[in-house]
Amino acid sequence: MEKKLMKGNEALAEAAIRCGCKCFFGYPITPQTELSEYMAKRMNASGGVFLQAESEIAAINMVLGAASTGVRAMTSSSSPGISLKSEGISYIAGSDLPCVIINVQRGGPGLGGIQPSQADYWQATKGLGHGDFHVLVFAPSSVQEVVDMVSYAFDMADKYRMPAMLLSDGLLGQMMEPVVFPEQKSEAIEKPWAANGHKNERKHNIINSLYIEATDLENTVVERYKKYDEIKATLPDAETYMTDDAEYIITAYGATARVCKSAVNLARAEGIKAGLIRPKTLWPFPSEIIKNATENAKAILCVEMSTGQMVDDVKLAVECKKNVEFFGRTGGVIPTPAEVLAQIKKLGGIE
Amino acid sequence: MAKMEVLFEKCEGCGLCITACPKKIVSIQKEKRNRLGHFTAQCTDQEACIGCAMCAMMCPECAIRIEK
Amino acid sequence: MAVVFERPKSLADIRLHYCPGCTHGIIHRLVCEVIDEMGIEGDTVGVCPVGCSVFAYNYFNCDMIEAPHGRAPAVATGVKRAQPDKFVFTYQGDGDLAAIGTCETVHAATRGENIVVIFVNNTIYGMTGGQMAPTTLPGQVSTTTPFGRDPKLAGFPVRVCEMLSTLDGVALAQRVAVDSVPHIREAKKAIRKAFENQRDKKGFSIVEVLSTCPTNWGLSPVDAIKRLQDEMIPYYPLGVYADKEVKF
Repeated sequence: MEKKLMKGNEALAEAAIRCGCKCFFGYPITPQTELSEYMAKRMNASGGVFLQAESEIAAINMVLGAASTGVRAMTSSSSPGISLKSEGISYIAGSDLPCVIINVQRGGPGLGGIQPSQADYWQATKGLGHGDFHVLVFAPSSVQEVVDMVSYAFDMADKYRMPAMLLSDGLLGQMMEPVVFPEQKSEAIEKPWAANGHKNERKHNIINSLYIEATDLENTVVERYKKYDEIKATLPDAETYMTDDAEYIITAYGATARVCKSAVNLARAEGIKAGLIRPKTLWPFPSEIIKNATENAKAILCVEMSTGQMVDDVKLAVECKKNVEFFGRTGGVIPTPAEVLAQIKKLGGIE
Repeated sequence: MAKMEVLFEKCEGCGLCITACPKKIVSIQKEKRNRLGHFTAQCTDQEACIGCAMCAMMCPECAIRIEK
Repeated sequence: MAVVFERPKSLADIRLHYCPGCTHGIIHRLVCEVIDEMGIEGDTVGVCPVGCSVFAYNYFNCDMIEAPHGRAPAVATGVKRAQPDKFVFTYQGDGDLAAIGTCETVHAATRGENIVVIFVNNTIYGMTGGQMAPTTLPGQVSTTTPFGRDPKLAGFPVRVCEMLSTLDGVALAQRVAVDSVPHIREAKKAIRKAFENQRDKKGFSIVEVLSTCPTNWGLSPVDAIKRLQDEMIPYYPLGVYADKEVKF
């Protein structure tokens, strides 16, 4: 298969088209704009729909509409825009609709900055809107993984009838790497629930998130949580790197994990037994993998481009039985391998 | 010869049909409430009904059926 | 004898939850009569709002989607773009369409989105119990304008059809009322024209229907109709504000 050098955002868009995304609705925001621009160039020609919406709110609701009819639909944005979309995401989750949402994270809060960030971890995994619900959250760490995860995200969204988010960041979106687009296995998923005209052949379908009776709403939410339990049992995924004999284990996701991998290599070169666990799914969080892989570790260092968000889930994963320290840069500052190495040494009391 | 039939359980007794009838032969009966608790509309002179369906057109509940 | 008037087939045969005398029921029926006459129930997707007509998904027998507050035109856009051969309509109240959803309404209209918007204007928020709407008339008492709407404090009402008629993408913008049989006949013709516009891919069509809210106006159904005629129609004149060929 042919290798192509592509920018993260453009590779993401191409991968989405190839895996059958029929509708893309977006709104310009740095640093994800190339994604929309690529869609504008390619989508209509490939038989799909590209539409620049009047707002992030409109874009996510257009996704709601398109997804209601059973087609694969997607929107992308960056942090402040995702906040605006959260209303629609809650409705999509409450209506059991599949779709894919891309967050190319930038610094916050507020307008924040336009440099890479991971400060939307809490938002993505715990608070993407009001109400009891979850969204599948995938965290790629290379352009190739961006490509692979888009297709996987659509599959899982369809399978579980829920929104899936790709939590990328400005670094992954803007950098270029060689990618291979895998052959698409086009398995048509039946969507008998879709509101696409009943053709007088069935009762009308209703896409809805309103349950006026409290017990009806409770029952619906409880049913949805059974689905979440199944997902938590099957989908958590993480890459482990040199963790078998590691005394000091870093946890990091996305672009930060690349920096941390370099730091692990630097540490190993100095004879320090360091390792890395890189969650690929942030919800469901790979708690078991982290717990098992850190069994023999002396300490854990969570590194993020934030003031410390995933670190809470890492502490829960090890049931607070291990020393979990945190190191982060925020506001769009990317940590360096040397900085992370220094933190590993500090953790081990190594001069 | 026409027939105005009020669907007893659907009528909410709002009286808009009364205002619409050109023959002034619709009223709200005050004898029997339906399950919703409403006194319902009635045709007071079936013979005079011309089947124009104006009462039905004004009805927000689709509670009137007209035959002609 | 033959049946000359009965419930349209595409209107579900269940009790509507609206208050006695509320004219939502008439508007529902008109939309369904048009759907039946055009024979398009199986090819229609409706989008309902948040407000009194939030349960409309139970009443229309075509496929239905419940949109977030004000977002129905965006949801309908998504449906129509994904399924261009289907008929798509939104059914929205004044708070939904002209306050929280103004942005979505204006942009769906200016894009010439090939959908039908049924806009029910009763100058009040009904579902939440009678608060000021964007269309509440100057001087009108509501629970949030207890001394009457004072334009110095709360601004002026929005005349939606007049505003949208300036946009190039609007094929039809017409204001009708359901206060009398002649007006109801007119309203149905407008709704029919809006759906035919969609069939003929003519662009955005909006039919604004002046409606009543006896409960929150504190009037009997008959007096509410009288208020519609005496106070609403003078402020919101009936008529065709745009009926043009959209040149895409």
